[in-house]
Amino acid sequence: MTLTPKTAPRPKVAVYKFSSCDGCQLSLLNLEDELLDLASAVDISYFLEATRTVKPGPYDIGIVEGSITTPHEAERIKDVRAECKYMIALGTCATAGGIQALRNFASVADYARTVYPHPEFLHFLDKSTSIAENVPVDLSIWGCPVNKFMVVEVIAALLQNRRPNFPPSPVCLECKRRGLVCVAVAHGTPCLGPVVHGGCGALCPANGRGCYGCFGPSSAANFSALVGSMTPLDRYPNETAGLLRSFSSHAPAFKSAAEAALKLSSEKEQK
Amino acid sequence: MTVPLSMPNAGGGSAGYASKLLLPHWADIVKIIPEAEGVTTYHLRLTDPEVQARYRFQPGQFNMLYVPGYGEAAISMSSDLESNPGLVVHTIRHVGNVTKAISRMKVGDVVGLRGPFGTAWPLEQIRGKDVVIACGGIGLPPLRGALYHILRQRADYGKVTLLYGARTPKDLMYPDEYETWKQADIDVQVTVDRGDETWNGRIGVVPMWFYHFRVDPRKTAVLTCGPEIMMRFVIYEALARRIPTSQIFVSLERNMKCGQGACGHCQQGPFFICKDGPVFPFSAIESIFNVEEY
Amino acid sequence: MLDSTLNTGSTVALPKLELDALLADLRQNGFQTVGPRLQDESIVYREIEGLKDLPRGILSEQAPGSYRIIRTGKERYFDFIPAGQSWKQFLFPPRHTLFSATKDGTWQLKENDEPAPRYALVGVRACELAAIAVQDKVFMRPDFSDPIYRLRREGLFIIAVNCLDPDSTCFCTSMGTGPRLRSGFDLCLTELDDAFLVEIGSELGRSFLASRTYSLPSAFMQDAAARALTRAVESITRTLDTDGLPELLLNNLEAERWNDVGKRCLSCANCTQVCPTCFCWDATDAVDISGKNTRRERLWDSCFNPNYSYVFGGNTRPNIRSRYRQWLTHKLGTWVEQFGTSGCVGCGRCITWCPAKIDLTEEAAAIRREVAK
Repeated sequence: MTLTPKTAPRPKVAVYKFSSCDGCQLSLLNLEDELLDLASAVDISYFLEATRTVKPGPYDIGIVEGSITTPHEAERIKDVRAECKYMIALGTCATAGGIQALRNFASVADYARTVYPHPEFLHFLDKSTSIAENVPVDLSIWGCPVNKFMVVEVIAALLQNRRPNFPPSPVCLECKRRGLVCVAVAHGTPCLGPVVHGGCGALCPANGRGCYGCFGPSSAANFSALVGSMTPLDRYPNETAGLLRSFSSHAPAFKSAAEAALKLSSEKEQK
Repeated sequence: MTVPLSMPNAGGGSAGYASKLLLPHWADIVKIIPEAEGVTTYHLRLTDPEVQARYRFQPGQFNMLYVPGYGEAAISMSSDLESNPGLVVHTIRHVGNVTKAISRMKVGDVVGLRGPFGTAWPLEQIRGKDVVIACGGIGLPPLRGALYHILRQRADYGKVTLLYGARTPKDLMYPDEYETWKQADIDVQVTVDRGDETWNGRIGVVPMWFYHFRVDPRKTAVLTCGPEIMMRFVIYEALARRIPTSQIFVSLERNMKCGQGACGHCQQGPFFICKDGPVFPFSAIESIFNVEEY
Repeated sequence: MLDSTLNTGSTVALPKLELDALLADLRQNGFQTVGPRLQDESIVYREIEGLKDLPRGILSEQAPGSYRIIRTGKERYFDFIPAGQSWKQFLFPPRHTLFSATKDGTWQLKENDEPAPRYALVGVRACELAAIAVQDKVFMRPDFSDPIYRLRREGLFIIAVNCLDPDSTCFCTSMGTGPRLRSGFDLCLTELDDAFLVEIGSELGRSFLASRTYSLPSAFMQDAAARALTRAVESITRTLDTDGLPELLLNNLEAERWNDVGKRCLSCANCTQVCPTCFCWDATDAVDISGKNTRRERLWDSCFNPNYSYVFGGNTRPNIRSRYRQWLTHKLGTWVEQFGTSGCVGCGRCITWCPAKIDLTEEAAAIRREVAK
């Protein structure tokens, strides 16, 4: 896509919400110094979380938060796609189905029966799916929530006709650059850092926690090596599998790694 | 206690300092020549006349071109000092962040420039020899400066053959110059992978052209630049004709960030391609050239 | 005061509390004193003021992929073996702004002219000093001198410490780098229960020591230190057979073992980041949304990074196998041709801090075994 702010009017941006907690949209609102720059560089035409004022489409950039979990959403995302030239999936719900994709490993109908007296009034899909599984997506920004500076970088890159500067390196590299102590090696805390895409600045390890993988798979990732080295260290059954089945559980690499970890655990138990 | 006078940088580094690392000079774009689909030649002049006057390079070397906000790209010079005095000429294929940003520039815009870096084609060393220049696609621009040098010193070299291939006729670089080169007694052999309605020349790959002429291995040097697969076969054909490995010169391409053998990216075996290369005699890299993914 | 007896090469006994005064003196003279601290159940190198900041009574238990602090309750300050961090972070900062560019009509460059900090490193081990010597050769070559490194290096004050309690991942004896310090420091400590033996390594070191209260070491002290050092050497059991090692690796680039380790390696880059000699860096632009302000930054990179060897059309080392092979053959092989020294000092960090428990001494040995077959 070509956006040339000098000659064209400011590109129109729309922010949509699907099944999600609104945390990624809040990250946008949490942009403080950058929000003014952003507002002057683009025309924020549709962003219900920020303002009720809506300018009609079509839009140059559509930013979509959330996953597709209902028949209504599955239809609505097609309309959204049709009115946006360039579509960005924002956050791990939009890129990989999010935490609500845990339903994909269970029967959501059973849950509905347990929780609601009249589940027949609910309309839901069996699986929570990413935006890209429903309509074509031009760019994905992972994270639960996203790193707000990555959103600014993406919009800046679009305005400047360049590839966004997304570090392709794993979380470990960011962790070490910050001089943090490796929680896996020094504390025995399970950490997905070695296989997870950087961009968060090693936020969880900086707070003494292992990486949960919310930024999705790194392009260098060796999941089978991770499963092989981590699963034997499980402190309780299926610890590694459980970690892989959290925020990014529906991402294909995480899905197959979790299955491999479960298999490895059950083999170990049988012995 | 008092600090001995011999202490270096006494005062905890209170004197300000500036690291010149990666700091570019500015260069103005003075001319833009479209060459082929997605390929453009730029004539640059260093903005500071003093820097421009000092600037010297040899064909085969490269500069790091910088576009603020986009980064740097390593680009070979596509001419020589004598052919374009006071200018730095680059032929650029617009495929990455930086080169695409350059494609949107116009005359009068500026780019950052650091260089020259790397080794040059051994034009002195091969004086008196027959020269085979075998190149493909964007591999011709780094050799054009060498060709210009040979044209000017034509009597110093024996038989000179240019084997040049591109994907399609539209991808051929500098077609207007071939006639001049031919008139200077350069055997220009151009081939394409796929012809079109206008094409009545040859179709095929560069290394095949070794079958069409005789070389005297004792007095022939080969200069090659282009896709690694093409160079592999050029080397194969050259070796099959018993041209010594020390007389085959190869220009390698690797990811480069600094151009000074410092950042580590361009390493292949013991070499930093940016400072020990990009031009190597094949004899130096023989043992590593064919190692897969090395 | 025994000033007349102090020379480079002489050794004195320094009461432990005097180290506090020595560090204060260094700080007064513009040095930033950095040294070991206990933090997050590990040892990190941070700014320290004095003895109170040092990790007293701390040992570690290190193994491939595992590091644990042990609290011994003892009174000594330097019993521990260094953890994941190295001094590299001070001489070759993980992130460093090179310059900024601003467009106001035309582009203006502004170099980063922040003054280089002047560091006094406290507690540098023999392998670590050897690592600094290796990086000196990398960053301060005749044909290229890294300005950021050089300025920090030239201003350095080094208080070294002899290792008396090596860990199971240490193999400095194989690399000829330790555990005993020989030269390259300003002052070198050997810690005894009740005092430091301090060897003077430079005129600058002598000048700082001269104003402290010290005594001549007793024969008993010297004997205790010598015995402790001998015990340290004997306690190192891990080995790396360096005999013909570069040739062994470089002549066997297609060994089966590379495929094997390629399956186990996470390509997470941890080994390269904890390695005190790895020097690769990247440069990126951080530009604002207006496109008119950008900052060019240098940061640590790694040959395990997926885009490290990217050229148009693809990655020259797309597989982890070839990335690991690049790292190991460079570290133990081609480094010698490039810089006249091995890139490995035997500190063992890459072994301890590899989440996949890959041990380079074992990888090299496995290739030797494979070739011998």
